[in-house]
Amino acid sequence: MIQDTIAEIKNPALSIQDLCVYYDQNKAVKNVSVDIKKNTVTAIMGPSGCGKSTLLRALNRMHELYDNIRTEGKVLIHDQNIYDVPAIKLRRQMGMVFQRPNPFPTMSIYENVIAGYKLNGIRLKKGEKDEVVERSLRDVALWDEVKDTLHKKGTFLSGGQQQRLCIARALAFGPEIILMDEPTSALDPIATSKVEDLLVKLKENYTIILVTHNMTQAARISDYSLFMYLGELVEYGKTKNMFTNPIDPRTEQYLTGKFG
Amino acid sequence: MNTTENIRLQDTSKGRQLKDKLILGLVILLSLITISPIVLIIGKLVAKGYRQISLEFLIKNTPDTYTAMTALANGERIPGGIANGIVGTLIMVVLASAIAIPVGIIVGIFLYENPGKRLANFTRSLSDVLQGVPSIVLGLISYLWVVKHVTNGYSALAGAVSLAIMMLPMIVRSTEETLKMIPNTLKEAALALGTPYHKVILRVLIPTGFSGMFTGILLGISRVLGETAPLMLTALGSSMINLDISKPTSAVPLLIWEFYNDPNMIDLIWSSSLMLMAIVLILNLISKQIAKKTK
Amino acid sequence: MNSDKITKLVLSLGSFILIIVAAGMVYSLVVGSIPAFKTFGFQFIFSNNWDPTSGKENYGALPFIAGTLISSILALLISLPLSFSTSLFLGEYFKGTRVARILSTLVDLLAGIPSIVYGLWGFYVLRPLMIELGIGSQGFGVFTASVILAIMIIPYATSLSNEIISMVPNDLKEAAYSLGATRLEVIQTVTIPNAHSGIIAGYILSFGRALGETMAVTMLIGNSNKVPDSLFGTGNSMASVIANQFGEADGLKLSALIAIGLLLFVITALVNALGKLIIKKMQ
Repeated sequence: MIQDTIAEIKNPALSIQDLCVYYDQNKAVKNVSVDIKKNTVTAIMGPSGCGKSTLLRALNRMHELYDNIRTEGKVLIHDQNIYDVPAIKLRRQMGMVFQRPNPFPTMSIYENVIAGYKLNGIRLKKGEKDEVVERSLRDVALWDEVKDTLHKKGTFLSGGQQQRLCIARALAFGPEIILMDEPTSALDPIATSKVEDLLVKLKENYTIILVTHNMTQAARISDYSLFMYLGELVEYGKTKNMFTNPIDPRTEQYLTGKFG
Repeated sequence: MNTTENIRLQDTSKGRQLKDKLILGLVILLSLITISPIVLIIGKLVAKGYRQISLEFLIKNTPDTYTAMTALANGERIPGGIANGIVGTLIMVVLASAIAIPVGIIVGIFLYENPGKRLANFTRSLSDVLQGVPSIVLGLISYLWVVKHVTNGYSALAGAVSLAIMMLPMIVRSTEETLKMIPNTLKEAALALGTPYHKVILRVLIPTGFSGMFTGILLGISRVLGETAPLMLTALGSSMINLDISKPTSAVPLLIWEFYNDPNMIDLIWSSSLMLMAIVLILNLISKQIAKKTK
Repeated sequence: MNSDKITKLVLSLGSFILIIVAAGMVYSLVVGSIPAFKTFGFQFIFSNNWDPTSGKENYGALPFIAGTLISSILALLISLPLSFSTSLFLGEYFKGTRVARILSTLVDLLAGIPSIVYGLWGFYVLRPLMIELGIGSQGFGVFTASVILAIMIIPYATSLSNEIISMVPNDLKEAAYSLGATRLEVIQTVTIPNAHSGIIAGYILSFGRALGETMAVTMLIGNSNKVPDSLFGTGNSMASVIANQFGEADGLKLSALIAIGLLLFVITALVNALGKLIIKKMQ
């Protein structure tokens, strides 16, 4: 069912091959194969329960934290299967941003940004730390708002600021790919549009995979879209094409609001 | 990008993963050490105590030292049992429950009905303080109150009072916690029907929260069953079955203490401890099971 | 008066009973200890001479205060690595698994064993072990008592820490994992910092438990009325001296024992209040 218009993605950032995820006996993601293009925003859409978050979380092996979830198939980055490297090493290449902003409440804004280094046992000099913090916060357009309160707790910020802080935390470690699990679903419209602008800017340097239940968001900011239904990949292609001319009837039904 | 680029390539994963595994191993090892005493204690009591347990052990009074010594010298089983202790424990626990359960439930309902009020907060804090008072101090109190002024001598009543003060805060707490979990709409529905307040309590609140409150009561009982220290200061002990609550009375834990102090009675220590522990643990498990089911 | 008012009256009556009991306790302890404090003044707390010989009677509570504090602190230190590991086992590593349920039931059972049974086990099993290791005279002493105390307080510290640790929000832990943290690093940087005040409160409350334990300590500490000269030396605790010497006590000695009871009451109440305060602040 993959749309022919995206002939071949050469040198993909990520190549998902025949990926399946099981919750106990329940197959939640069914044999998904997709190549993700570098420096794009790729949106994963679909009605709730279709497996979109499950697919995303398989990419940085989050499922391994839970005993009842099992993953099969391959995911290649630079031709190497992610399941062949230690999970903690893989996760350094992949930043993740969650549905609800979750800055570490016991850490200051500053510490939150460099948490990745601390957690990975990498000691930075004071100057290096300052540099990383400033650059990451500038990347998410938060620097001017928080530069005077860097040593306050991150939880004092507004929801939108917290979410940008979480993005900065994910960026600070220099990942190649950023996984975003409905990052704006807990934010108000103004904060949402700030985050969306940010994503468009960030794709210059990163590859972004975005799970969203918001079709207009996908239409606004994504280059490629992937529509899932009941665990299956229904349709994958350039966002523009999919929204104007969906191939699969289920995609059309979803986009016209028949279900979801 | 240069600094991070270099740092990013540092591979720290091997050492960190090893450390992670080592600590996990340590946690498992220390957790096993933590539970080893329970296994060792139960094992020891069963191994040493099961032989003495018989019908006679349950229905006969404790022997005197001389009888025990003779039996010991002849290599026989020590005759007699701990009936005086069992009866005494029953009397005191029933008496303590009769005092603590109604008061505890009333206070618990009071706390539930007056959330945020000063008197309620004060009462709750006092109840918390009472819960932390060492049992030996409760023994002292009951000595000062009951032994000295009510029964004019050591008595089952004095023992029961010290146990009752011990149970009280546990029942207060479990009652309040249980009632808090009952949806408010249930109470409002009853009140909306014009039901008088006391009937709402008796017909709606208490029946709905019964299993939770019952759990608290069982836990309270299982805690006081094994108490020795306060009884040493209040009930004292007796070698015969005594049904008069104003007279010195024995209890199973008191008997264990006596056996411990009398080298001739050593064989009886283990069987009485085994019995006491079995009852306490079974009560404990039952109440925890009920608690789990209602949650 | 209508029935609703009567009901309300009955309910508040219950709380008055509780207040009277608590106030009466303090009153009786204070009145009972007046003779001791009148005779010895503050020396009662700081003197280490406990001599019931009639004629030159002198009562100082220092040996017992010291014995209680030292044995309880030592017990806390011994129980710490054990109960902390167990709460990580239950609340983090094996949270929600069958093996955690079994372990947690066993730990709960520890709380159900009567104090006197712990004492017996300590006397007949632990003490010979101590003799073999050359600790204490006859295996009695502060250290032996502390080991038993440590086992006794494990379930209290464990259950509270476990509860708090399992409440640490999952999304925070996932955030740390997504940054490449190992489980241990998640525990160090997310779980413990987020749960630390509850864990500390749990240890304070279990310390309060240790302070008041009577029977097991009496049977193992050695019951010598002096400040213990080392961690392995013998001593006595406040609760044990009351239990041991109460039978033959009257007059000044009885008052001295009641005064020790009052001190024990005050110390445990303060310790518990501190623990409860920390928990309250957390919520």
